[in-house]
Amino acid sequence: MTAPFKQHLIDPEICIRCYTCEMTCPIEAITHDDTNVVVDPDKCDDCMACIPVCPTGSIDEWRVVETAYTLEEQFSWEELPAQAELSGGADAGKDAPVDDPVAALLAEAHSGVGGKPRAPASATKPQVNTYTIGKPVTAVVQGNYRLTAEGADTDIRHIILSFEGKPFPVLEGQTIGILPPGLDGAGKAHLPRLYSVSSPRDGERAGYHNVSLTVKRDEGGICSNYLCDLNKGDSVQVTGPFGSTFLMPEDPAARLLMICTGTGSAPMRAFTMHRQRAAAGGSGDMTMFFGARTPESLPYFGPLKKVPKSVLKQHLVFSRIEGTAKEYVQDRMMAEQDAVADLLADPATHIYICGLRGMEEGVEQALTNIAESIGQPWIALREVMREEGRYHVETY
Amino acid sequence: MLDLINVSYDTLIPNNVGLSSDKRVLKALQKWHPGYINWWNDLIPQNFQESLVYLRTAVSVDPKGWAKFDYVKMPDYRWGVLLAPQVEDRRIPCGEHAGKPAWQEVPGEYRNMLKRLIVIQGDTEPASVEQQRFLALTAPSLYDMRNLFQVNVEEGRHLWAMVYLLHKYFGADGREEADDLLRRSSGSEEAPRMLGAFNEETPDWLSFFMFTYFTDRDGKMQLESLAQSGFDPMSRTCRFMLTEEAHHMFVGETGVGRTIERTCQVMLENGITDPFDIAKIRDLGVIDLPAIQKKLNLHYTLSLDLFGQEVSTNAANAFNAGIKGRYQEHRIDDDHLLTSDTYMVWDLEDGKAVRKEVPALTAINMRLRDDYTRDAAGGVGRWNKIIQKSGIEFELKLPHESFNRQIGVFAGHNFDPDGQVVSGAEYDAGAPTWLPTKADGDFIQSLMTQVTEPGKYAGWIAAPKVGIDNKPGDFEYVKLHMA
Repeated sequence: MTAPFKQHLIDPEICIRCYTCEMTCPIEAITHDDTNVVVDPDKCDDCMACIPVCPTGSIDEWRVVETAYTLEEQFSWEELPAQAELSGGADAGKDAPVDDPVAALLAEAHSGVGGKPRAPASATKPQVNTYTIGKPVTAVVQGNYRLTAEGADTDIRHIILSFEGKPFPVLEGQTIGILPPGLDGAGKAHLPRLYSVSSPRDGERAGYHNVSLTVKRDEGGICSNYLCDLNKGDSVQVTGPFGSTFLMPEDPAARLLMICTGTGSAPMRAFTMHRQRAAAGGSGDMTMFFGARTPESLPYFGPLKKVPKSVLKQHLVFSRIEGTAKEYVQDRMMAEQDAVADLLADPATHIYICGLRGMEEGVEQALTNIAESIGQPWIALREVMREEGRYHVETY
Repeated sequence: MLDLINVSYDTLIPNNVGLSSDKRVLKALQKWHPGYINWWNDLIPQNFQESLVYLRTAVSVDPKGWAKFDYVKMPDYRWGVLLAPQVEDRRIPCGEHAGKPAWQEVPGEYRNMLKRLIVIQGDTEPASVEQQRFLALTAPSLYDMRNLFQVNVEEGRHLWAMVYLLHKYFGADGREEADDLLRRSSGSEEAPRMLGAFNEETPDWLSFFMFTYFTDRDGKMQLESLAQSGFDPMSRTCRFMLTEEAHHMFVGETGVGRTIERTCQVMLENGITDPFDIAKIRDLGVIDLPAIQKKLNLHYTLSLDLFGQEVSTNAANAFNAGIKGRYQEHRIDDDHLLTSDTYMVWDLEDGKAVRKEVPALTAINMRLRDDYTRDAAGGVGRWNKIIQKSGIEFELKLPHESFNRQIGVFAGHNFDPDGQVVSGAEYDAGAPTWLPTKADGDFIQSLMTQVTEPGKYAGWIAAPKVGIDNKPGDFEYVKLHMA
């Protein structure tokens, strides 16, 4: 038995057996018999080349499994099996390299990067899966503060967790899992929900190694309501940290272009604080495009105002200000296209996009336009940047 | 350096072949372009030309870039010249030159053979758009209308692909042939399209689905074998076209499947279990399974004719020259010369259909047709699963290859769909149960009404299982222009 992982499958009820995926796969991981087209789990390296060429959408199917479905099993299917309940089990944590469905969640969150995500060349090597579902760590709430104005249309919280001296090595850009108490409708324990840390590696308070999260209350959300309602002193079960690619470069000359909305600002806050504390004095600068509905609903609006322009060029963009035309991050990027173009042309630039999935399309379009204006086809440039660990997307 | 992956838009004609630095070909194509636009504009009813259609356009020929979806007015679609990336050190895969470097220019001795293959392939592309020109008026949903238009613009692009080869490699002759591709017209008395099946009408949507399933699949097999060509530009052109052709297969297979699904569903809802209770089933506004079988019989057999004679010296010559390979030539494990191999082909002996062994080289057409039949049978099996699931007892099947043939050894002989020899009188008596009758056509036609509300489907067809580009069920795939 191996640790749970995400297996790529093809839906035999939707697939029309055109074999376009098979022809496209650069490493011949896809094959067929007289009934089905299947993916060899021993060969597939998740390069995603087969996804856009499929005319049916049947190719984009994934199951988190402990033991891969064999080719023979896949050949025999008339329909895809349902996602199996995982044991998630007692001993799974021993030295498992991957913490089950988390890998799937992260892969999904990073899918907008358009290929295999890679860490920046100069990033610190992250530790992952220190704590697992079978063996979580207990953290204690040190504080829970509302970031958005009373009466704003969203309730976003800044929640500080202390690990009480237990080791929890986490880097900016990584995520941690929160296990909400209670059982789901099927009587099973809830799976962890992932949150990106908003504090830098040495802690919300430098040297204290505590961790902050930026959490938006979602109506009916089991975990977000649990977190937003926590009081100082409450204990929380935590797993992780997770994620080994959405990380910041250590190179002080690296330039950061950060594009975010809402709680997608969490990793950007961590990056900014780490750079400020390191006070590296390098030549690299940071530029942020940060979107929210109103100033009242933009998390960290106050503290951000205190970060000097020499550290962070800020573009705070609002889409719901009465009497003003709606403005989204991509609109401001177009308005600032010379500055963005300058960044795109610089091989020291690292791009980070984080927020709701819906932002991807507009941002992609803006980047496409701006890249074209300097004679660079965006898709090609993006490929280079991704391959060099300079392009990062985390959306949900 | 020339960028040969991403599509360049620096000329009127999007391309990845460096057209802007190839003045001669660029000029020739620019001269051809207005005729093409006129052809397109004359073809598709005006209000559809003005409508915004959610189409897929390639922005690069690598897997990441070729499925870019957006709303576009069809006349503004960026028809272009797109070749799959060149494979380094590619070799001629078959025939007497096998193993030598693939040709980047037309080899003089095969010039005419090559030109003819390109012209025949090219002629089918605009023909199908002509055959389908009025279908949008009876589209069962915006989803289906969008799929029709996607097929149409891609057939248009395939014409461009062939015209590029003609202009680039065949000089004045090529230009003349390219002009003729716009002069001929499907069903025309004076200048019909070159192949029979492409002069038939596509009168209704079931015919369209059957056409994309069976006839476009012939196109796919032809492209597959041309993709094996030792003439590298041809191979690269066809490889890219195949990725688009897969969408046409998808439209056909799911279209017929959804029709079957809806019929079974309505039968069950009304307590009908006998698929031959035709009058009752038709009263409910769905197409009876026996009628679907008849349409299948017709389209499959028409498509078989497109493969030509079972034993053919032309095909042998093209293979031996390395101009046209077999289906998946590169995956076949033999000497790729076929000098001493044999292959079983259909023949007539004492008026009966029998299999006979002939030199494999002469049986290239037959082999491709066999590959086609295998490929086509798969989808029929999946359609049967839909019927099985509903519990209705009926099985669709491909008729015997001897049935209803106009080309090849069976032409001019009477066979029933099981491949049994029948007399003329028996054939005439059986025909109304084997092939669609005028009454069948009229009935199907009577169901064809346009549905334009997003997410709604005409009563004779089920909704698709998944949307295009993962769009939700009520997505507005076509924003209709209301004049």
